[in-house]
Amino acid sequence: MSNKMKLSGLTDLLKDLDVDSLEGVTIEGDIELDISGGGGLNPAMAYALGHEAAQISLHVANIARMLGYPIDQLFAASMGGFPQAPIAGQSRIEELIPAKFDVANMSEWATPIQEVTLGATSADGGSRKNTITLGGENALPYYFDAEMPHRNYVTMDVFDMPIGMAKAVKGNYEDVINDPAEWAKKVVRDFNADMVTIHLISTDPLINDTPAREAAKVVEDVLQAVDVPIVIGGSGNPQKDPEVLEKAAEVAEGERVLLASASLNLDYERVAKAATDYGHAVLSWTQLEINAQKELNRKLMKQCGVPRDSIVMDPTTAALGYGLDYAYTNMERIRLAALMGDDELTFPMSSGTTNAWGARESWMKESPLSQDSDWGPREYRGPIWEIVTGLTLSLAGNDMFMMMHPTSVQVLKEITQTLYGSIEADEIDITNWIGAEV
Amino acid sequence: MKINSPLEAYKFLPGTNCGECGETSCMAFASHLIDRSKKATDCIPLVNEEKYKKKYAELEALLAPEIREVVIGVGEKAVSIGGDDVLHRHKLTFFNKTAFAYDVWDTMDEKDLVERVNKIQDFKKFYVGDFLTLDMIAVRSISDDPAKFAAAVKKVMETTDFPMVLCSFNPEVLKAGLEVAAEKRPLLYAANKDNWQEVAALAQEYNVPVTVFAPNDLDLLKSLAKTFSENGIEDVVLDPGTFPTGKGLKTTFQNFLKIRRAGINGDRDIAFPIMAVPLTAWMAHDDEVSASYWETVVASVFTVKYGDIMILHSIEGYAQLPEVHIRDTIYTDPRKPVTVDPGVYEVGSPTADSPLLVTTNFALTYYTVESDLSSNGIDCYLTAIDTDGIGVEAAVAGGQLTAAKIKKGLDEAGFDMKEKLNNNVVVLPGLAARLQGDVEDETGAAVMIGPADSGRLPGWMEQNWPPQK
Repeated sequence: MSNKMKLSGLTDLLKDLDVDSLEGVTIEGDIELDISGGGGLNPAMAYALGHEAAQISLHVANIARMLGYPIDQLFAASMGGFPQAPIAGQSRIEELIPAKFDVANMSEWATPIQEVTLGATSADGGSRKNTITLGGENALPYYFDAEMPHRNYVTMDVFDMPIGMAKAVKGNYEDVINDPAEWAKKVVRDFNADMVTIHLISTDPLINDTPAREAAKVVEDVLQAVDVPIVIGGSGNPQKDPEVLEKAAEVAEGERVLLASASLNLDYERVAKAATDYGHAVLSWTQLEINAQKELNRKLMKQCGVPRDSIVMDPTTAALGYGLDYAYTNMERIRLAALMGDDELTFPMSSGTTNAWGARESWMKESPLSQDSDWGPREYRGPIWEIVTGLTLSLAGNDMFMMMHPTSVQVLKEITQTLYGSIEADEIDITNWIGAEV
Repeated sequence: MKINSPLEAYKFLPGTNCGECGETSCMAFASHLIDRSKKATDCIPLVNEEKYKKKYAELEALLAPEIREVVIGVGEKAVSIGGDDVLHRHKLTFFNKTAFAYDVWDTMDEKDLVERVNKIQDFKKFYVGDFLTLDMIAVRSISDDPAKFAAAVKKVMETTDFPMVLCSFNPEVLKAGLEVAAEKRPLLYAANKDNWQEVAALAQEYNVPVTVFAPNDLDLLKSLAKTFSENGIEDVVLDPGTFPTGKGLKTTFQNFLKIRRAGINGDRDIAFPIMAVPLTAWMAHDDEVSASYWETVVASVFTVKYGDIMILHSIEGYAQLPEVHIRDTIYTDPRKPVTVDPGVYEVGSPTADSPLLVTTNFALTYYTVESDLSSNGIDCYLTAIDTDGIGVEAAVAGGQLTAAKIKKGLDEAGFDMKEKLNNNVVVLPGLAARLQGDVEDETGAAVMIGPADSGRLPGWMEQNWPPQK
């Protein structure tokens, strides 16, 4: 169709037309007029082309009918039936109503989260290459209400003895499993860990009952091996941990480590005192209960005299599918209460994200249930379980992640730093995503 | 919802305590209106009697959720999205789980398309007494050919009764799809700045829900939504664009937050469900595993924060499992723990020679153990001990699962071991091994330690049952 006449032009033309004057026109040519390369005078098509075009079509059709052209038969043929009133009842929206989007910031988020710095450089009397600062938020993470002052950090787990691990995790550590210092080096050098957590689990009386003094030597080794800030964890035995953490705090004096953990079911005063005596921070750990978290934080501050800048909370991480629903809300409520001024909760948070590996979906070769659809290879399933567990908590306000699988660490860092705004990428044009060949 | 206490809802009820709604009093009914387990239409007098007409209308308006609820599809598989009232789930809970639509496209071989649709509709993952499943099929027009698109839509309809999203920016293509599928009430995707008049006309003509798409332009998005709703198109879904990487993703996340906050705060012009398209991750990654991973990550972000419906591509188990679980996580009511009633349950047809196993009343634990046993044909007695809905490991550490509790649980269930069993054996979960001695003392039974994960019970039974004398 070579005739490029504009529709509005045609309207004007027809408006001025006297029907009589059409007598000299070759109507046949007009009937064939292909208004937009579509389907001639099919009213359904005309409708899709717009009200204006439809009006013109009908106008022309009426003229044609007057002139005896078999227009109704044509309609019937093209529509598979007798034509209905083609545009009656079809409203045609003429104009886009202009609108300006606007939304207010959260005015009740008035209290910033306490900043806590871990690690000490030579300037501060330690030997770390850098320090890490957690906290400082004035809004929920990655929200537009306020910039986040610090990104999330990952501390990778190192154990002082070989432990049982999911196969997908173990494969990464077989060469260093008997040497915590080498293990620590590996996670920093190869896996991009921001920090290292040394878990002194062999001190558990039910495991090896390693004496506290001996365990402290491992801490010294790890401090020698890496120059990132470190976290020191006990075995989780409430009788033994205070003694183990005291000794560890002593040998790490000046390095400003994070002692894990003070909890309500052990002598938290001893752990708190070890932290304050040797200039460390303390991890305040409770089990999925906001009031217990408030109570412990209060005791650490008021009863034990731990300064506000030396408390990090761990309100417990339950794995995806195994209680993450409570862990997520617990953390989100804690962070919201803190932003709204509950000064017993205004502390940065840490998550034992490694717990995700306890979920059977992360490690089991296949579903034990025949009705389940294929779970896919566990080599891929395990890491994403740890990632989604951590990512969810990052959205609730978690600042620091204790993790184990290198892929999980890499992807979690990528997504949290993307949301934080520090990752540049080529912009993808999504305007025509429907047609993308994927 | 404009009201949040039963007392406020009560004012609009007849107050006759007639009981026709199934509740004993109007106040009880009012509290169910607030927690949304009942609807105003369940009050028969309110609906039927002329004198309550005004109150009924007022109550309905007060109970309407802040975010519009949109229904896609028809029949049993119809999907509702939106309908939320709060920004944080602990305040009320989130309603209407994020709907997951997985894509097919109109240039696929018919055989591949049918196979893919079947895989999507057959997906299931057992969890807490039920199966997690998927919801919808998104049909993408890559060909831009109306006939091809219509054929693909028809094939999908012949294969499944899952609701559909019809995806094209070409109104002719969308129309061809609608001519085939309109009665199934598919979601139209999408009206944008160029085609909105034609797509709006289609939504009106065929009376179907429609998505408005304005990538990173919230003014335009709102303008489209407002224009549509003021012209009678109420079932609108908002797509502010899902940019899959870098600053684009950060902006996308913030757009979702802004839209939902404005909607909950009362901006009716933008109080519609939001769509995310994690499928765009595939435009940023070449290899399948990286793309699936990133798609799952993006899907998780928008499941947690305000995506009501999303279009996804990867149908690999390792990508889908975390997706369906994070969705269930976020849409579980966080205000009440999920438990089963304590007691001794029969799995299969236990006899006096069957084992007696112990677990907790945390619903997840109980149903996991129960399904591992029953699906493997193990006949036994399974005891759910009241641990306040805490799992085995944590309950042992926290003192909610003790020998005394186990004894009490058996006693309260009226389960007399001597009478019911020939073997006098209690099987403890591997994670409760440390209770062995105490349980032997407390119950006088022999205690065996089962595996740490109940998935290994079949193997354990083969090795250990019946017990050696």
